Amino acid sequence: MTPDAHDILFRTLADPTRRALFERLCREGEQTVGALTAQAGVSQPAVSKHLGVLKQAGLVRDRHAGRQTHYSAQPTALAPLNDWTNEMTGFWEARFDDLESLLKRMDQ
Amino acid sequence: MSNPELRTVIVEREIAWPAEKIWRALTQPHLMEEWLMKNDFKPVVGHSFNLRGDWGGVLDCEVLAIEQNRSLSYSWDFAHEDAAYNLKSVVTFTLTPTTTGTHLRVEQSGFHPNQKQAYGGARAGWQQFLAKLEQVLAKPD
Repeated sequence: MTPDAHDILFRTLADPTRRALFERLCREGEQTVGALTAQAGVSQPAVSKHLGVLKQAGLVRDRHAGRQTHYSAQPTALAPLNDWTNEMTGFWEARFDDLESLLKRMDQ
Repeated sequence: MSNPELRTVIVEREIAWPAEKIWRALTQPHLMEEWLMKNDFKPVVGHSFNLRGDWGGVLDCEVLAIEQNRSLSYSWDFAHEDAAYNLKSVVTFTLTPTTTGTHLRVEQSGFHPNQKQAYGGARAGWQQFLAKLEQVLAKPD
């Protein structure tokens, strides 16, 4: 996977509304735009726009049925980021941040 | 990928504190809890202990080697009911004094079948993924 592709995934999931939409599709399976809008706290055009960005990143797939568009998560798009070495590198970087903040608070 | 591969993660950092102080944070349970996880660690080779993560996951660990103020090594295993999420690894911390403090290095080597990791990266992985995402995004372009 190229750094650019990583960037696209990171940037796509950086937005909390998009991340919430994606997480919800992961948890609950396929949903219509209307159902997603009802809980998203933003307008339907905004939800559609976010879904378009997620789709471009390969994170969701759409399926048209009559007037409804159904979206489903494509969590396999995350696979390159979920390599455990990537996970653990991020994990240890974050732990070392906490360690440094602890050391500042500790007595000598 | 049908067989797990041995992989290694190395994270290093220059820390502006003496090794003795960092050593306390690496080996005293109440301090470990503040930066790592809840635990029942003892600095005794052969001691078995657990690390308990905020996400509910429990790691099985055993102290493998200790050299006071210099290095600490323990096993870091995660047993999941679905074998595809199992992790068997060894974590080694190494402290090297420098002119300005200490060079801290952690190396984790282990086996992890990755083929089923795609779905949200398991529970632990998903949270770490998001934590990492936040970090990456917090960095200025």
